[in-house]
Amino acid sequence: MSRAAEVRFERVWKRFGANSVAVRDVSFTVPAGTLCTLLGPSGCGKTTTLRMIAGLEYPSEGRVLIGGRDVSALPPAERDVSMVFQSYALFPHMTVLENVCYGLTVSRRPRREAEAAGRAALDSVGLAGFDARLPSELSGGQQQRVAVARALVLEPSVLLFDEPLSNLDARLRRRMREEIRELQQRLGVTVVYVTHDQAEALAISDKIIVMNQAVIAQEGTPRDLYENPASAFVAGFVGEANRLPATLRRLDGQEGEVRVAEARLVLAHRGLPDGPAELALRPEAIAVLPAADPAAMLSGRVSKAAYLGGVVEYTVDTGAGEVFVVSPASAGAHAPGEPVGLRFGTHGAALLPGA
Amino acid sequence: MRAAGLWSSLVALAAALLLPWYLLQDGIAATPLANLAWLTDPDFAPAAGQVLAEGRWWLLPALLAPALGLLSALLPLARPVRAAGFLVAGAGGLLALLAQGYAIGVQGWSAPWLEALGPMESRQFGIGWGGAVVPLALAVLLAAGLAGRGAFRGDAFTAAVAVLVAGSIGLFTAMPLVLLLGDAFRDPSGALAAGAVFGRLADDRLWSLGCLAGAPRCGVVWNTLLLGTLVGASTTAMGLAFALLVTRGRLRWARGLRWLTVLPIVTPPFILGLGLILIFGRSGLVSNAASAWFGLELGRWIYGLPGVLLAQLFAFTPIAFLVLIGVVEGLSPTLEEASSTLRATPRETFATVTLPLLRPGIANAFLLGFVESMADFGNPVVLGGNFGVLATEIFFAVVGAQADAGRAATLSLILLALALGAFSLQRWLTARKSYVSIGGKGDGGLAPPLPAGVRRLCLSVALPWAALTVILYGLALSGGFVEIWGRDYTPTFRHMVKAFDIEGGQLTGLAWNSVITTVTLAAIAAPVTAALGIAAAWLFSRTRFAGRGVLEFATMLSFAVPGTVIGVAYLRAFNLPPLELAGTGAIIVACFVFRNLPVGLRSGMAAMAQIDPSLDEASHTLGGGGGDAFRRVVLPLLRPAIVAGLVYAFVRAMTTISAVIFLVTADTELATVFIVNRVINGDYGLAIAVAVVLIALMVVMLGLAQLLVGRRRIGRRAAVPVVATRGAVA
Repeated sequence: MSRAAEVRFERVWKRFGANSVAVRDVSFTVPAGTLCTLLGPSGCGKTTTLRMIAGLEYPSEGRVLIGGRDVSALPPAERDVSMVFQSYALFPHMTVLENVCYGLTVSRRPRREAEAAGRAALDSVGLAGFDARLPSELSGGQQQRVAVARALVLEPSVLLFDEPLSNLDARLRRRMREEIRELQQRLGVTVVYVTHDQAEALAISDKIIVMNQAVIAQEGTPRDLYENPASAFVAGFVGEANRLPATLRRLDGQEGEVRVAEARLVLAHRGLPDGPAELALRPEAIAVLPAADPAAMLSGRVSKAAYLGGVVEYTVDTGAGEVFVVSPASAGAHAPGEPVGLRFGTHGAALLPGA
Repeated sequence: MRAAGLWSSLVALAAALLLPWYLLQDGIAATPLANLAWLTDPDFAPAAGQVLAEGRWWLLPALLAPALGLLSALLPLARPVRAAGFLVAGAGGLLALLAQGYAIGVQGWSAPWLEALGPMESRQFGIGWGGAVVPLALAVLLAAGLAGRGAFRGDAFTAAVAVLVAGSIGLFTAMPLVLLLGDAFRDPSGALAAGAVFGRLADDRLWSLGCLAGAPRCGVVWNTLLLGTLVGASTTAMGLAFALLVTRGRLRWARGLRWLTVLPIVTPPFILGLGLILIFGRSGLVSNAASAWFGLELGRWIYGLPGVLLAQLFAFTPIAFLVLIGVVEGLSPTLEEASSTLRATPRETFATVTLPLLRPGIANAFLLGFVESMADFGNPVVLGGNFGVLATEIFFAVVGAQADAGRAATLSLILLALALGAFSLQRWLTARKSYVSIGGKGDGGLAPPLPAGVRRLCLSVALPWAALTVILYGLALSGGFVEIWGRDYTPTFRHMVKAFDIEGGQLTGLAWNSVITTVTLAAIAAPVTAALGIAAAWLFSRTRFAGRGVLEFATMLSFAVPGTVIGVAYLRAFNLPPLELAGTGAIIVACFVFRNLPVGLRSGMAAMAQIDPSLDEASHTLGGGGGDAFRRVVLPLLRPAIVAGLVYAFVRAMTTISAVIFLVTADTELATVFIVNRVINGDYGLAIAVAVVLIALMVVMLGLAQLLVGRRRIGRRAAVPVVATRGAVA
């Protein structure tokens, strides 16, 4: 499977009916052999985007290219793409092996060859020996693997996943996502993966495309998105973030001085003008210190504290509003009502345009 | 449990003291209430009066059992002891009343061996209000006792519903059929003769294959099977074509085709037979044209297999359509999308995924068509000619010159066996393989359009057929507005006036009587059917008790039993005391209720399946009994299904013919029977005029119901569709 292909959207629109736009002027590139996640809340257009790659929907405007070839108007059967559906879409009237071989059977491959390939695919997902079962006789995780095997057997250059883990329980979800990532790495295939679970996206992706309201909100590596969110939406959707009112004063070069209530810190100004802005601050980028600690930047009072084993979650009332902090349990404990000082790290803090 | 026992005892006692025990010829309203003498009058007296004044000691249990129940409820007893009291009172009272009812009949003792108990001077006729209410209340008392002893998880409401449903099904479905089938084993004098059935079964008129060898006709069993198979296969093919076109054909006027599904619901089934006669009959449009223009004598070809087949095709295709459209719409489009992403062309997807998934639905539609065809009485009687089928042969065995009850019973036995066979085959097929989409959340994809070739095929079948159906209905109904069909096509309202004339405030039209009777009886039957159906649906889907499966099967049984068989069975079972219902409106109401119950039951169960059982459980954990969960939680959520059930029960009662044709008398003539009799006499104009009024009435009913139900939505879930037809039972 060395013929992994690049997927490219060029100014693609998708309209349903007169006033409903599902995808608005979207362009992106998924490099060959990488795993790219389409992340976003429900209704943001991510599934429609995926279905346009598969050929289950056709763009209203713009071009879809797979491996440099314009496939915008091609039916699914003529694209070199396979898809794993959210409900798995296993054919209930066929056995596991018949399901897996289906793509080869309708491609008129000799039966012996098709079955050998099917068995090999089942073997590769750890389901050897399940050939004769009906899908209804499998557990959810096993059905999911059959769906993956069925998609793999055609050796597609692009593999699509539509929320493949949403019907599994939490523990299994974690294992399956590791398996999918491992499989993608081993085969070197291009994978486009739709999910609304940011943790899943962060864990497996080479690249994440965050969508919101039919447009791309931001794209980048997981680390990029988490540490340098471009908007309040991305900051809030990818991980948790405190959003505090701030004032920016640009310094020389790329940096600026940021004030949040009485706290001051120096951050990249990201091209924002002087004046009011917003500081997005990850909960774990804040340290809770005793009130008298000279390193404290912002004073406040603990209003809630929840001990979660490894970490303690605090809500602290400050002059800049409520601040949510996740602090390692080893850093000591503070009781509700206790006056404390907060210290902001620069790692995990990003400046956003003012609200 | 205590409250249920107390109240049922009180009701039973009151009925025994106050309600006339025996059936009154002129109805209960004729009771001479002016003075108290009626309390001891042999005709009007309640059970108490019968015992005191007439010395009918065998009615004493009607008083003693409620008294014992009352005592158990009022005395300070432990729960198990009180329950035992209820149990003894309820069961003992019921058994005693049942025994006396069947032991003492119109001529004293009803069996010779009872003479040993001493001479019996008295005679008993059918029971009336008193005789009906007392056992009913005692049944509830019995249920309270059962619940008190721990049955039905100790819930008196569940117990009462279970006992009442079981009792009524036993009495009105199982008992008549058992009695009727018993007749097959009696010789003409009524004595038991096990051999008689073999003689009748071996009858050449049933099994002859003479027609293959050139003789004029084959046996009626072969006729029935042939017709059923042809009708089942063709209606299924036609229905599938329609269903595929409407759901996937990308037709702009697809919604119009859906209206076809409403037609069989509002039309008495034989209307299409009538339409065919008006076109192809001896003086039909086409026959006349052929002889006038081409000198061709088409003759009587329409009378016989071709005519019946054609009429049933028109009548039952919409039913297959309705069944299959549900199946096609139920297919998850994701499966077909998955197939297309796996490189299958549209045609391959259709052949390897769509059609195989439809297979159970197709088998289902075929068997439904088969059963409907066998059970149909109206079309064969109108169009059959010499082509006899079981349904009509049964009718002629009962009303014909031969009046052979044994033969009617034997024919019913065969028809029942065929219908039950098809019915069980269908259930087995549907249950065998689970084609339910697996996996949790669906993807909600788009159904693919039909492959071009398949679409062309469907269009070429469906379009001409839809056009023909419309023409046929149009012609059939216009026949009511011309002078004399075939000779004089002058438009006229003569027939309408003849049927529905009003002179000086008097309803002098010929049809008034039957139409008013029909509407009245249907209006009485509809609420009873809906209530019993919902209660039974709740019982079968939400409670667990021993014998539930058997009871459910017995309830569904009357759907598989052809109407003609039910009619004969009712006539057989209810023309002797204690349940002497023959000739009254009550027997027709009972027939409506228990024939239509399975439909109400099925739609109730379907609706209930959409209501999460955790809602009931929430009610239980909040301290509500079974009755509270049903009344406060399930019923309000079921309101759309209830309205639908009501309307459907009403409409079906108005259009039925096969069962009730045996049960009507001059006093209780129904509109459908009126129409068929006019058709048999060749008075088509009058028949159609009445049919038009019936159909209009039902369309208005359905429209009102659609309006009522269509608006009701709970959250995002759509309301339960109003129109379930016979097909929905499957």
